[in-house]
Amino acid sequence: MIDPLPLQVGIELLTHRYAYLLFALLLAIGLYIIIASSNLVKMIIGLNLFQTAIFLFFISTAYVTGGATPVIPKEAKAYDPFVSPLPQVIVLTAIVVGIALTAVALALIVRIYSAYGTLEEDTIREVRADE
Amino acid sequence: MSDPLVAAKLIPALLIVVPILAATLPLALGLRWERVGWYVTAIALAVEAALAGLLAYAIYGQGRRVVHVLGGKQFGRKDVMINGTPTEDFIVGIELVGDALSGLVVLVVAGVALAVLAYMRRAGPRGNAFYSGYLLLTGGLMGVAVTGDMFNLFVFLEITGLATYALVAADRSTDAAIAALKYLVIGTAGASMYLVGVGYLFVRTGTLNMVDLSRSLAGDPSWIDGALYADPLVAAAFGFVAAGLLTKAAIFPLHTWQPDAYAEAPDSVTVYISALVSTVAAYAFGRVALFVFTPDFFAANPALINGVLALAGASVVAGSALAATQRRIKRMFAYSSVAQFGLVVIAFAVAVHPASGDGAVRFGIYGAVFHLVAHAVIKGGLFATAGAIAAGDGSRRLSSYAGLARRRPFLSGAIAVLGLAIVGVPPTAGFVGKWYIAVAAVESGLWPVVGVVFASTVLTLLYVARILEKVYFDHRPDAVPDHGDASGEPTAGDATGGAVAADGGAPATRRVSLGMAAFVATAVVIAAVLGFGGAEIASALDPVVDAVQESAPAIEGVKTDAIWEVANNE
Repeated sequence: MIDPLPLQVGIELLTHRYAYLLFALLLAIGLYIIIASSNLVKMIIGLNLFQTAIFLFFISTAYVTGGATPVIPKEAKAYDPFVSPLPQVIVLTAIVVGIALTAVALALIVRIYSAYGTLEEDTIREVRADE
Repeated sequence: MSDPLVAAKLIPALLIVVPILAATLPLALGLRWERVGWYVTAIALAVEAALAGLLAYAIYGQGRRVVHVLGGKQFGRKDVMINGTPTEDFIVGIELVGDALSGLVVLVVAGVALAVLAYMRRAGPRGNAFYSGYLLLTGGLMGVAVTGDMFNLFVFLEITGLATYALVAADRSTDAAIAALKYLVIGTAGASMYLVGVGYLFVRTGTLNMVDLSRSLAGDPSWIDGALYADPLVAAAFGFVAAGLLTKAAIFPLHTWQPDAYAEAPDSVTVYISALVSTVAAYAFGRVALFVFTPDFFAANPALINGVLALAGASVVAGSALAATQRRIKRMFAYSSVAQFGLVVIAFAVAVHPASGDGAVRFGIYGAVFHLVAHAVIKGGLFATAGAIAAGDGSRRLSSYAGLARRRPFLSGAIAVLGLAIVGVPPTAGFVGKWYIAVAAVESGLWPVVGVVFASTVLTLLYVARILEKVYFDHRPDAVPDHGDASGEPTAGDATGGAVAADGGAPATRRVSLGMAAFVATAVVIAAVLGFGGAEIASALDPVVDAVQESAPAIEGVKTDAIWEVANNE
């Protein structure tokens, strides 16, 4: 006999709050790739995944059931529910920051690749230790 | 409107806008004139220093809290009814705040930026793109210092980070690129952690403004049911925010990016980032702990602040021990920073610790801010001296410092004074900061912390004494200057040899310039004299102490403030 309360919470989590589960999952996968991957480009992909998880979290908190786009016409008298615009703006800003970071990271990787001819962190470490 | 400081409310915005807009100029004008970068940067930073001086005068001379609301009064604090609920002066837009805490940081950033520019006139690196990055970094640091908004803080942390990653790799050596990439990955992961924490706070309270957040966490507004301090989401938010900011401040065990970045970066970049980048991150941690979460939050969650104290204590011990084992001077100073920022975080943590009485709070804040400023001057000076010695005769290792006092008496003296200052020998700047931190720890009765603070002095002496012994008492005949070429390096065969050769590859063209000598001399004088100004700086911080002890971030003060009135009535 399963205790009904945790089951209910679990079902509620899966059906209504799956975006938060996805957030935690993506965050963990991204962090794992950053730590475990020895390929520099894959490491940056993990970093992007890590950031994307956070974007997903912000966007999903903005959602309102039945909410409209947060663009309100001037002549509107009464407002229907609309989704929160602030997290969307935050995510837009964070995406821009993320792109700039990716660009700088890839520029650094290009320089490292041209010096060592490899993207494997382990190989680079061996070469550096031999020098 | 006879008051010349009516325009003061514009200063916090100008402090950010001037360097960031000026950052486009070296590149744009560089198309027409080749060597324009340094001059543009010098003008922009001189304006910046003047603005910082004005802001400091408004804050400390006239006792104001200078607030600028981005977007004007439409986005400012309002008390209107929405659906029958009063908004209770909550803000819509982003606030930039110059108060007693941020004013000092602004002054330090502006002063160091200008001084390092003089240093890098000859020390390099050059190129218009480099100066653009330098201005961008200054703008980001200013933003972190004056912002009053949690998400805005994230954006400025990332601007600071981006510019720093680029500058670390500015001399085109491969080792620097690897160090910068490592810094980028760890720094971005840290900043993202911070963003998760901000997201949690936003979900729970619906605001991002620091003042409004602390009011919401205290349960002030009518739409929040009681204080939120015991809420697990808020506790998790602090965990994420602290992890992010402590990564940026290089606290053990999140410090691993820092020694590589400091050691491989060009000398003048190391001076700049060691003096400022981690400093503003530690300042941001202090600001968030003091004014967003407030001591009441930590009274409800003592385990969190004890955890921070444990990390900071470990940072002091591990940083000093690792510094003592280094053979390269820049790495030694880098690990020393890990230890010194551990002390700063200890001081902030003691100031918000539930065990602290009024006295411990007061001295904790004095100690944290004073040591932050003192460390910026001392460590910037130490790296500048190391850079000048390397430029002069290529010595980058402890072993090649043997007998340095004969070859370079002036720079050796600078190392000695600054080294003793970082140990905390009275009456230097390092002494006053450590003294305040020690007093705070004793008054709070947190005896393990007291032990760490006092042990830190001995541990610091451990590596400073190693340097001084080499410089002054080692007269081995084979201790000749190695002119930076790889054959002169006793252990050039290891992984770091490439960077040494790359840095010191052209010793004949690189001499200790007037700018470098002046920078070192200024740092020595300030480090030696700042200690006498301890009482003045402490009394300048009294508004911060009062605000923390009342546990109210002066929202009433904001409304009665003259500048605030100007902002409202326009």
